[in-house]
Amino acid sequence: MQAVTKTTQATPKPAKSDHPSGDRRFKTLDMTMKRHQYKPDALIEVLHKAQESFGFLEEDVLTYIARGLKLPLSKVYGTATFYHLFSLKPNGAHTCVVCLGTACYVKGSNKVSAALEEELGIKLGETTADGKISLMAARCIGACGIAPAVVFDGTVAGKQEPEMALAKVKDWELE
Amino acid sequence: MDLTELLDVGEAHRAAQKATRVHCCTSTGCRAASAMEVFKNLKTAVQDAGLEAEVEVVGVGCMGFCGRGPLVQIDPQQALYEEVKPEEATSIIDTLQGGTTPALKGDLQHPFFARQVKIVRQHSGKVDPESIEDYISVGGYRSLYKAIYEMSPGEVVDEIIASGIRGRGGGGYPTGLKWATVAKMPGDQKYVICNGDEGDPGAFMDRSVLESDPHLVLEGMAIAGYAIGANHGFIYVRAEYPLAIQRLQKAIQQAKKYGLLGSQIFDSPFDFKVDIRIGAGAFVCGEETALIQSIQGGRGNPIPRPPYPAQSGLWQCPTLINNVETLANISTIIREGGAWYASIGTDKSKGTKIFALTGKIRNNGLIEVPMGITLREIVEEMGGGVPDGEVKAVQTGGPSGGCIPASLLDTPVDYDSLVAIGSMMGSGGMVVMDQDTNMVEVAQFYMEFCRGETCGKCVPCRTGTVQLYALLTKLLKRQATQADLAKLESLCHMVQETSLCGLGISAPNPILSTLRYFNEEYQELLQPPAYLNGKVGHGQVTVSQ
Amino acid sequence: MSVKTLKINGVDIAIEEGATVLQAARQAGVPIPTLCHLDGVHDVGACRLCLVEVSGTRKLLPACVTEVAEGMEVQTNTPKLQEYRRMTVELLFSEGNHVCSVCVANGNCELQDVAIQVGMDHSRFTYRFPDRAVDISHPQFGIDHNRCILCTRCVRVCDEIEGAHVWDVAQRGAACYIVSGLNQPWGEVDACTSCGKCVDACPTGAIFRKGSTTGEKERDRAKLDFLVTAREKHEWTR
Repeated sequence: MQAVTKTTQATPKPAKSDHPSGDRRFKTLDMTMKRHQYKPDALIEVLHKAQESFGFLEEDVLTYIARGLKLPLSKVYGTATFYHLFSLKPNGAHTCVVCLGTACYVKGSNKVSAALEEELGIKLGETTADGKISLMAARCIGACGIAPAVVFDGTVAGKQEPEMALAKVKDWELE
Repeated sequence: MDLTELLDVGEAHRAAQKATRVHCCTSTGCRAASAMEVFKNLKTAVQDAGLEAEVEVVGVGCMGFCGRGPLVQIDPQQALYEEVKPEEATSIIDTLQGGTTPALKGDLQHPFFARQVKIVRQHSGKVDPESIEDYISVGGYRSLYKAIYEMSPGEVVDEIIASGIRGRGGGGYPTGLKWATVAKMPGDQKYVICNGDEGDPGAFMDRSVLESDPHLVLEGMAIAGYAIGANHGFIYVRAEYPLAIQRLQKAIQQAKKYGLLGSQIFDSPFDFKVDIRIGAGAFVCGEETALIQSIQGGRGNPIPRPPYPAQSGLWQCPTLINNVETLANISTIIREGGAWYASIGTDKSKGTKIFALTGKIRNNGLIEVPMGITLREIVEEMGGGVPDGEVKAVQTGGPSGGCIPASLLDTPVDYDSLVAIGSMMGSGGMVVMDQDTNMVEVAQFYMEFCRGETCGKCVPCRTGTVQLYALLTKLLKRQATQADLAKLESLCHMVQETSLCGLGISAPNPILSTLRYFNEEYQELLQPPAYLNGKVGHGQVTVSQ
Repeated sequence: MSVKTLKINGVDIAIEEGATVLQAARQAGVPIPTLCHLDGVHDVGACRLCLVEVSGTRKLLPACVTEVAEGMEVQTNTPKLQEYRRMTVELLFSEGNHVCSVCVANGNCELQDVAIQVGMDHSRFTYRFPDRAVDISHPQFGIDHNRCILCTRCVRVCDEIEGAHVWDVAQRGAACYIVSGLNQPWGEVDACTSCGKCVDACPTGAIFRKGSTTGEKERDRAKLDFLVTAREKHEWTR
């Protein structure tokens, strides 16, 4: 469900970090951990920050967080994989999240998702081979009043018919 | 800040307000229908018409009629416009000078609005959620002042007990009793948690409250903190609600600036700070022990109760966990008194409840109604019924609730009546289904949800939901036998009685309620017994020997 | 320390305050099946096999985490409990790939014991035949996820007794599995001290010593409790 939370990249400015790569994004993690006084309880907050800065949680990042918060590696991995929002693989350049909540379901969201799956040749939760589009499902985004809803790159679109969603995705494919 | 200063802030803000306020909804639902463009155009139109001196355009929270967004309401004229298009903004402003507009005019006398009793949503759609001054100008934070300076913590708890309010998250545990328990627990460190992990698909009441009136929730939390002796609160909000998070962050900052949160609130010895914790996509975290695990940075695995969070919760300290809607009632209860609140609703369910009325229904959106109203009044009068066809069932309580058949529409909506007919109040999702909805598929839909959301800790929920889903799929493929149906039912009871937390305990409800009220749909799916060799029908039944 | 008296299956029992129903039942010689409980580590109440009926409440309560109370009346073996326990074991068998005949723990397996105890001869539920991995990267031990029942005894023993926290649970729901380190092969996890406590803790043949074949797994479960008593009370009890 990360399409809903906007992915923002920190403005590029040189900053030293404790990570040997010198990647400034680790500095952002340092700051978040420091703000939480390196308490192990801050794990989810720090994972949120990492997901936001890196786009996904690679092994290197998880190890860095585990060291910073002095947590066992397995606990960090177990927590990161428990939550849908955290992704251990990179997402596509575009994300399309189909809401499969009850109201959307009753209004035919399964037809929308089926059409998208067919068009893209992938299943919900997968990314196209060219890394362009990730297709995801949400349990409910709370936009039931305008069901069925689809979130295209963080923007909610309501009352979606299969054709409308397909048109949007086809535009992406042409990019 | 003291009371005079608070009143001054409200007075000054009121004085600065223009005579005419054009309220434009800027919540998630309307935003998806280009409300932000409408908002911008309305502002430009006011400028172009040279009306800045007497007209202001205010971005407000949810007005409720989400199915007809974007909504614009002009006050004090009480003119409501629905499905407003950005290009209609100019003509809407023209109406203030005698012009006409093609914009769709709404009817505020329609039962959808007229039957509502607004306590939690009293300011929704009227105040700017991003302005604390707007909230203060309608009496905001007065109840917090009253609690701190005119009442003892015990008196605040007594008032909540007197109100008879029960938890709005679904279970319906008496809120006053919960407060009294935490208040009586020994220990210097206690916490208040606001549960905004609204995971039920088909429910968006809490999102709307947080987006429309965040200060109402913060004030409720601070009053709770004062009553139970806590100085720290957490709001746990789903990451799927970015706008709610953004507005809460802003609201907390504003309240801190005014000294209404943080140290020495209203210059009293009472300190209360609030932190936001963002969920990461796990329905089970709505369960209170799982939510606590999640705030502590771990997997959202529920733990056996007792000990209850009231005794040992966050970091083993006594912890009060209340739902968003529950906390949003507190300020009004303190202002108007518990007895006043108890006069609304039924004998055992007091006050009002917000429902997200969605699905196959003409008027969909959020409604706040007094407890005891019947489902029929909600669905037929307020909701305007099903667009084409008839109501077949109403689903309440989400994946934990059940499907109520049309024949029981006269059931009053209160905690106990809904449980008696095999459903539950839940957090307030109300999805209307018509003749096109296959009830076994609905049961399968919910089981698919529970199968994907079980944390995996206890055996019955982890593997039982998988087996229940498999049995439903077998049924829908017309491969199941009467024995499978019996197995389905007995497994439902087993999962219900043996699971560790509420998710597993209530997961079979959608199956059990559809088995009870729509049994014929299950029967129709049964495969003829194997010994018939598929030779059934046309009066020719051969039984092989 | 005060003493509580209660009845289990109609028999009077006196036990110190703060004890669990499971402890009381064991003291009285009443068998209650368990899988996730392990002496020496904290209880999680996850396997639901030890559920009992307590008069005054309609809810079934897990004996391992329910404290005794004065005048409590406990039933441990009603027809309903028997049926639910059997279903629980059937669910466990249908969930993994449990083939006793080729398992190191055959004849010395708690899952097998419980199945016999509850009278389970077949599963009414469809076997899922999940595709699960075997990790034999560790020089001395191996973990066969096919035989894992997710009791988390290994997780707790490694965290609470050895203190290494090599193991944890990854993913959620039916996709859950026991993970070592950052989802690394066990042999590559630096934190592992090769103490073998997880082998002793494992109720089935999921975690085993390399080189043991069918039915050869031996374990010393009492050692874990011995270590805890030695460390916490400075009493070396064997």
